[in-house]
Amino acid sequence: MSVLIYAENAGGTFKKSIFEAVSYAKAIADQNNTNLIAISIGNVSAGELASLGKYGAQKVLNVSGDKLKNFVNQAYASVIAEAAKKEGANIVVLSNTFSGRGLAPRIGVKLEAGVADGAVALPEQNGGKFTVKKTAFSGKAFAIVELSSANKVIALVPNSYKVVETGGSAQIEDFAAETKESDFKAMIKEIVRSTDKVSLPDAEIVVSAGRGLKGPENWGMVEELAGLLGAATACSKPVSDAGWRPHSEHVGQTGIAVSPNLYIAIGISGAIQHLAGISSSKVIVVINKDPEAPFFKVADYGIVGDAFEVVPQLIAAVKAYKASA
Amino acid sequence: MKILVCVSNVPDTTTKITFTDNNTQFNTNGVQFILNPYDEIALSRAIELTDGGKGTVTVINVGEVNTEATIRKALAIGATDAVRINAKAHDAWYVAFQIAQYVKANPFDLILTGRESIDYNGSKVAGMLGELLDLPSVSIIKKLDAADSEATVEREIEGGKEVLTIPYPFVAGAAEGVAEPKIPNMRGIMSARTKPLTVIEPVEVKTFSDIISYETLAPRGQVTLVPAADTAKLVDLLHTEARVI
Ligand SMILES: Cc1cc2nc3c(=O)[nH]c(=O)nc-3n(C[C@H](O)[C@H](O)[C@H](O)COP(=O)(O)OP(=O)(O)OC[C@H]3O[C@@H](n4cnc5c(N)ncnc54)[C@H](O)[C@@H]3O)c2cc1C
Ligand SMILES: Nc1ncnc2c1ncn2[C@@H]1O[C@H](COP(=O)(O)O)[C@@H](O)[C@H]1O
Repeated sequence: MSVLIYAENAGGTFKKSIFEAVSYAKAIADQNNTNLIAISIGNVSAGELASLGKYGAQKVLNVSGDKLKNFVNQAYASVIAEAAKKEGANIVVLSNTFSGRGLAPRIGVKLEAGVADGAVALPEQNGGKFTVKKTAFSGKAFAIVELSSANKVIALVPNSYKVVETGGSAQIEDFAAETKESDFKAMIKEIVRSTDKVSLPDAEIVVSAGRGLKGPENWGMVEELAGLLGAATACSKPVSDAGWRPHSEHVGQTGIAVSPNLYIAIGISGAIQHLAGISSSKVIVVINKDPEAPFFKVADYGIVGDAFEVVPQLIAAVKAYKASA
Repeated sequence: MKILVCVSNVPDTTTKITFTDNNTQFNTNGVQFILNPYDEIALSRAIELTDGGKGTVTVINVGEVNTEATIRKALAIGATDAVRINAKAHDAWYVAFQIAQYVKANPFDLILTGRESIDYNGSKVAGMLGELLDLPSVSIIKKLDAADSEATVEREIEGGKEVLTIPYPFVAGAAEGVAEPKIPNMRGIMSARTKPLTVIEPVEVKTFSDIISYETLAPRGQVTLVPAADTAKLVDLLHTEARVI
């Protein structure tokens, strides 16, 4: 018995959400007095692989080579499931990223494992019951799921578990995975990565704006504020529906669910479908000219005022704060 | 082209979520159920791809008789026919297993799901179906272009996107961007009543997971209002009190 964590890389490096997942998997291994093994697929440098040791991985299985250089859902699922079987891992942990959400169900079927997607807390293990808390109803509630199968797959939501450095080190081993041709039917034609922007699902700060901004030409100040704070930008649904911003920025019940440390909402009314996707944010700031806007009911801090006056002033205040810090 | 669209019956997006029986049951009292918004997108794309006699669109649902209103809605939007597997949808594994059994006996060129159901948000059915049928799967797609022997899909990745080509048959979960949701017209609503809806009985499946209870969100405290002219105060509070910057 052991715990296996899939350490997904983004262009050869691991992001913070992966260190969170490794820390989380380490805590599960500790709960069960067993060890933590990581698996990395793709071309990742030895130094980067070794960094997983800092968060508690005792061993890192390294699967490299051109064939598996880029993410192929079906093939990666086969490799991870094979590693779990060879290493006797009965719990497989992933980060609930876009790729993780493609892998978890496939690995679950291969291992005949119950799958807890969207996990937000450590499992509880009492009297032979293994339960995991996960998001449900698009962020409006949580469900406690019992996994009753011998094998288990858990996908952790980014930003819901703290990175913990154990100060350990990991031994790196090459893992030769057998792959079958039929796992490679889907072919990647193009990968577009914008490196200059913070990605929304794993951002620690999100600056979001709604229809109150009147038109796409007014997003300059939103981007400037986000840039100053190292934040990702987001928007409400009507804004992306109108084509003012890309669909990938739309948060809410039918968009992306985020759980940043700080969510700043500018000119967004706070409809129930919008709140669903952002309600697990740790701190919420609302800027709206209407004191009756529903968003103020769930906000921690608020400014009642015109965004076109408040936001430029806020930008100046953040600049002043940064200059003095 | 034969397309299968998996549809689920979910609480309307405006629903206030509450629970009964000591937080072990979802309170469906007064809740209106709708066709899952992402499934509507998947269905709309399937109809576009088969428009003008270029194929058929079958919708399938695992659910009890109370889901038939949602299935009829899918038929009204333009599906050719429908299948209901007569069982309570226990979890994604249960649903995927039942649908996979059906597809093994009735092959399709393309199987679409929504990117997730807005109640349990698993994004699991597409991947599980792919694995059970040994087909490629892409859980969340933003774009789907279909050529004769293969399709081109776009999927989101953190901070970017990926473009893939996949030969039929395969499974994909539709998200926004794939199509504009279609609204049923009068003719669609009339014809939906007479379109075939086949009910079949489920097969036996092992259980791997159960929801044993629910939790509601922790309430937030009172909002601290800062005067519009004093943004420096807000920055200070975020730094010293909230400790988020
Ligand atoms: C099936 C379904 C799913 C949905 N899913 C989502 C979802 O996932 N995400 C989502 O966001 N919405 C979703 N919606 C839409 C949702 O119901 C709301 O319509 C939407 O969130 C409103 O967007 P908004 O707040 O930007 O616009 P509005 O409701 O128009 O609000 C604009 C706000 O800006 C304020 N304002 C105006 N001018 C200024 C100014 N100069 N300065 C400061 N404030 C100003 C106004 O007071 C107002 O509060 C969904 C709806 C449906 C039916
Ligand atoms: N009971 C069901 N019957 C048919 N399809 C379903 C059912 N539940 C979920 N699905 C499909 O699977 C997708 C993803 O659901 P989930 O894995 O629950 O997030 C949905 O968008 C539907 O297309």
